[in-house]
Amino acid sequence: MIDRASAGRQDPPFRLSMLIYDKRYRSLTFQVIVFILVMSLVWWLINNTITNLANLGKDIDFGFLFSRAGYDIPQQVIPYNSDDTHFRAALIGLLNTLLVSFLGCIAATIVGVTVGVLRLSNNWLFARLMTIYVEIFRNIPLLLWILIIFAVFTEITPAPRAYRGEEGIDLFLGMVAPTNRYTAIPAIIAARSPGALELGRIAIPWLAIIFIGLLVAAVMLRRAINARASRIQERTGQRPVTWPVNLALFVVPPIALWIIFGLYLEIPQLAGFNFSGGISVDNSFVALWLALTLYTGAFIAEIVRAGILSVSKGQSEAAFALGLRPNRTMNLVILPQALRVIVPPLISQYLNLTKNSSLAIAVGYMDLRGTLGGTTANQTGRELESILLMMLVYLAISLLISGAMNIYNSRVRLKER
Amino acid sequence: MKRTVCFGAAVATLLSTGAGFADEGDTLAEVKGRDQLICGVNAGLVGFASPDANGNWTGFDIAICKAVAAAVLGDPTKVKYVPTTGQTRFTALASGEVDILSRNSTWTFSRDTDLNLDFAGINYYDGQGFMVPRSLGVSSAKELGGATICIQTGTTTELNLADYFRANNMEYQPVNIDSNAEGEQQYMAGACDAYTTDASGLAATRAAFANPDDHIILPEIISKEPLGPVVRHGDNNWGDIVRWTLYALIAAEEYGVTSANIDELASNSENPEVQRLLGTTGDLGAMIGLDADWAKRAIKASGNYGEIFAKTIGEETPIGLARGLNAQWTQGGLIYAMPFR
Repeated sequence: MIDRASAGRQDPPFRLSMLIYDKRYRSLTFQVIVFILVMSLVWWLINNTITNLANLGKDIDFGFLFSRAGYDIPQQVIPYNSDDTHFRAALIGLLNTLLVSFLGCIAATIVGVTVGVLRLSNNWLFARLMTIYVEIFRNIPLLLWILIIFAVFTEITPAPRAYRGEEGIDLFLGMVAPTNRYTAIPAIIAARSPGALELGRIAIPWLAIIFIGLLVAAVMLRRAINARASRIQERTGQRPVTWPVNLALFVVPPIALWIIFGLYLEIPQLAGFNFSGGISVDNSFVALWLALTLYTGAFIAEIVRAGILSVSKGQSEAAFALGLRPNRTMNLVILPQALRVIVPPLISQYLNLTKNSSLAIAVGYMDLRGTLGGTTANQTGRELESILLMMLVYLAISLLISGAMNIYNSRVRLKER
Repeated sequence: MKRTVCFGAAVATLLSTGAGFADEGDTLAEVKGRDQLICGVNAGLVGFASPDANGNWTGFDIAICKAVAAAVLGDPTKVKYVPTTGQTRFTALASGEVDILSRNSTWTFSRDTDLNLDFAGINYYDGQGFMVPRSLGVSSAKELGGATICIQTGTTTELNLADYFRANNMEYQPVNIDSNAEGEQQYMAGACDAYTTDASGLAATRAAFANPDDHIILPEIISKEPLGPVVRHGDNNWGDIVRWTLYALIAAEEYGVTSANIDELASNSENPEVQRLLGTTGDLGAMIGLDADWAKRAIKASGNYGEIFAKTIGEETPIGLARGLNAQWTQGGLIYAMPFR
């Protein structure tokens, strides 16, 4: 009986028409058709490109990357001069892109979290001011902000020569000189320098390595001390006082370095046309960084606000009932829960910021777009190769950021057990 | 998978649009069919190419566009001007966006060969110079060590600048700008100590200042910058038309043919070369696919080379450039038209 029934319901033999009329095959059929169509389109486009290039007498050749660049770049993270290759010029551009994106992401996060929290403040004035900031920056294109900030720097700050002579302007606080090209700030110099670590043409001062090492050690020690304090608190109910040790961790090493190596501040001096000594931070860099920060910060503020609002009001009421002060409630109760909502959209903001940094060309900041996609492409006539490389690099950066942030996301998201 | 496909399609779309129209070989037929010449010009350099208050383009480089349009289409006004920057100009030409580039571009080896362009001749012999504010107290480029210098990216001047300072063991800080207008603004705001570009460009820029006398052009000329109209490599007939239109303007000056006396000379000139130039005898026009009067129309469009020079950038204009190297070969200059024969 059962056997016969199941035999009766056996699948009919496969016919070609079933690819369209049978629900089980139909979806597959359409996917295959669309796939073939898309691939043919891709093939046609690539073929078209190659044919057109051949007609123009151009071939695809990346050899230009290893010929002499011949142009100078204002801001360099690693040494570069006009005798270096186009490849190194592109690398300089990439480092400039990464630098401004990295600093922009950090600053935008700080701005965004602060503004997002303040926007929900009970203080009427604060909340309204933050609303105005968010609405203004969100609703005006980034390019305009970059240009406006750059124009403000160029137009209202004096030329370096205005600082010259008796009747010249004094340096701000005696050490900072904002000019229409750059802001000259003092540099920290060691009287008894421990030298630098030479890696080819790159020299990393030992002082910086030591400082960063001490900083990392301090952060790790602080963690250990806090973990120990928590253990003691759990056992005895009494939390040992940790802040003097924590403070000392971050204050003593710099002071020790200061004394041991005889650190001093090198005040910028006007020599010839420009300031020498100290560090000159280019206006194009500052304008780009500031605009990226403020613009993306406004978006992050909204994300943070949405995250906070997503946490049930009962959570803060419960925290207040336990006697937690508002800022501890925010830090210990609300924000950790809000992070679940905040992190995924935050990833796309970081990606946006990084990609938007290519607007640097508007203010002559030589990022990857300015070097590889700008001067190199133009001087060598290898636009196609340059654009391809640039797309690959931006793709790689974006995937890296989103990969790293997704790992972070999986750590903060709600654990369901 | 889906993402990869989308990415590939996007890449390919981008690539193919860049090179979409590039393979037409017959620019003359295309221009005639369109009944309009598309001319890539400088986005704004007074004297060479700039739109006036009514949007009419005028200038030394514009005159070439007008002459070619007059020779080919019979009407110097049938030109569409496409402003280009130092970075976009060659791509615009190579991709077929413009028929001819008349935009103070320097004839160099790699542009002629690797970029697949053809320079149709030289309409201005130039060299790279520096402009500084008089108040800076600088009288020579050799004193510019440590200076901040505004430079247009994607130009030969950018490379010359790097080489010059390197050769003279001087440091400088480049400020990269995109167009002459931006450079002017940065220079005026004092964001750079010196502005460098072709000496003619400096003179033109300075002429547009409120107080031109407050700025000096330093005596050093650090490079050769032969400027001229450019066409795509491969369409030789179109290249010939542009080349010989330019020579017609130059030859006209040499033989004393002006926009005023051209009709008279066309009918009664005794000079056989003038007769051939103006199409009275011979059939030079047919050899390049045009009619016999082509050169006559080209010269009538804005006058001969000397007239154009005097009207747009010469000593009587605010730009005030002397003929110098750009005088006729008969006057000790380098301007020389090949024989019309």
